[in-house]
Amino acid sequence: MKTPISSSQLPLHDLPLRSLAEALRVGQVSALEVTDHYLGRMRAHQSLAAFLAVDEEVSRSQARAADARLATGVQSITAPLLGVPIAHKDIFVTRDFPTTAGSRMLAGYRSPFDATVVQRLADAGAITLGKLNCDEFAMGSANENSAAPPVGHDTPAPVRNPWNTEHIPGGSSGGSAVAVAARLAPGVTGTDTGGSIRQPAAFCGITGIKPTYGRASRYGMVAFASSLDQAGPMARSADDCALLLSAICGPDLDRDSTSLDYPAEDFSAHLNDSIEGLRIGVPAEFFGDGIAPGVRTAVDAALKEYQKLGAHLVPIRLPRTALAIPVYYIIAPAEASSNLNRFDGVKFGHRAKDYVDLQDMYKKTRAEGFGDEVQRRIMIGTYVLSHGYYDAYYLQAQKIRRMIADDFQQAFKECDLIAGPVAPTVAWKIGEKSRDPLANYLADIFTLPASLAGLPGMSVPAGFGEGGMPVGLQLIGNYFQESRLLNAAHRLQLATDFHLQTPPGF
Amino acid sequence: MALTSQELSRIAHLARLDLEATEQDHLLGQLNNFFDIVEQIRAVDTSGVDPLAHPIDVIAPMTLRLRDDIASEPDNRTANQRSAPAVESGLFLVPRVIE
Repeated sequence: MKTPISSSQLPLHDLPLRSLAEALRVGQVSALEVTDHYLGRMRAHQSLAAFLAVDEEVSRSQARAADARLATGVQSITAPLLGVPIAHKDIFVTRDFPTTAGSRMLAGYRSPFDATVVQRLADAGAITLGKLNCDEFAMGSANENSAAPPVGHDTPAPVRNPWNTEHIPGGSSGGSAVAVAARLAPGVTGTDTGGSIRQPAAFCGITGIKPTYGRASRYGMVAFASSLDQAGPMARSADDCALLLSAICGPDLDRDSTSLDYPAEDFSAHLNDSIEGLRIGVPAEFFGDGIAPGVRTAVDAALKEYQKLGAHLVPIRLPRTALAIPVYYIIAPAEASSNLNRFDGVKFGHRAKDYVDLQDMYKKTRAEGFGDEVQRRIMIGTYVLSHGYYDAYYLQAQKIRRMIADDFQQAFKECDLIAGPVAPTVAWKIGEKSRDPLANYLADIFTLPASLAGLPGMSVPAGFGEGGMPVGLQLIGNYFQESRLLNAAHRLQLATDFHLQTPPGF
Repeated sequence: MALTSQELSRIAHLARLDLEATEQDHLLGQLNNFFDIVEQIRAVDTSGVDPLAHPIDVIAPMTLRLRDDIASEPDNRTANQRSAPAVESGLFLVPRVIE
């Protein structure tokens, strides 16, 4: 199982992504060896249901091409990830692997092009190990809503949290978080609409960052809620996330109308800066009665650690935190109902077998192709956009959305970043909330506000809570402050070792 | 205000979803539970507040870009139709709509 490399006593899969990139560059290990090692781990841990698609020959041929480039010498500037294997959430379309978005609707779908994020990471030299399980169309907080059979399974199966396989990994980027936590990939992509990077990262004890809305291209991301969807990396540490995020972000003005004309950035440049004097805002609303004692203890300890590092804690208010739930669950389904109109059984995807006419074909195709949660959200979205309800629900929600965003701007007058829990609890048991969609929605309370405001946010491992399950510290920055978030996370990770811990057996 | 089963059918039609009669009651209950928590937004005073569509609009006015209406992508019809359910001679096939 463990394959030592000459330079180090660490098994290959325990090498952090940045060290792996360096080991590849200096020729201590080949891209093919690394790729084979990770593919072997993926096969050995199929019971986690993390992968939806692999193609070992495609991955190996990418690895061989990387090795050929590595053999020619200095590639580090143009291809900082040369030979590093990663995997993509199955929301990003890929030419070389099927893309399902976790839906029956897209079973067997092959995209004619790669998503910009996939292309940018490939340009940086990364190798693709496969596609990762997720909630159907990224709708879910537990990864129990995937309708696609994982690799090694004949039927859909819930993704399992490696810290306790009876527990959910969080969602919707559940497969992504599990792949990193179980050491099946050194880094992966995820997407975050209402917390789908931060919450599974927290639940699986890894690090994840969602950049400012518009910094990562949405081109080729299967659309859920276009004014909220944002891509980002998930890895073991802030250090590794910085390397991946630098490759992911950048303008894509011709292909994504909401992409910002804001330059790409080297997010590694300020990782080591001192955080002496950093003002960390602590919102009272994030520490109310609903928060589990174990989560609170872990988050409090992380905040104390920041004080030791010279940061100041500043009490702040985000008075509309609770309103973020209804506001988000109006806006996101409204946008989803519109985006998912494209699945009509004509141009791609599933088509019902028996129907009497065109209308009947649409209706049967969509009823068969979409799972329960997706149908619920389409119904909610269609309702709040329908004649007579648009002003009362959708427009009103968009107005409150601005008030929530303004509250953050008010808060950032007093602090440099905001810290609190990612979620009120640790990961719950598989099945525990699956019959109660509303309970899942309410658990998103702390991630939704930053999503609605389009602010960058991240999850940093902060220890363990109830049942020994991981707890995530959420850091929220002002627009374009990803570098500062990563700096604060990295300094915490220099002082703590939560991000280095591996689930037993992995 | 509670959603009725007539409204549920109307919305399902708008959304082009063929809901089984047996699912309808269950879904109606779930949606009404959801709209119970949504009601609180109607009490919020939003007079004078502009709706926010692109979040960055909070710090700088955003206008969506338009590009010139010229063909910029190569003809990729075969690849684009590879995942279509029914195609003939480069055309998407659908049930007859005009008798």
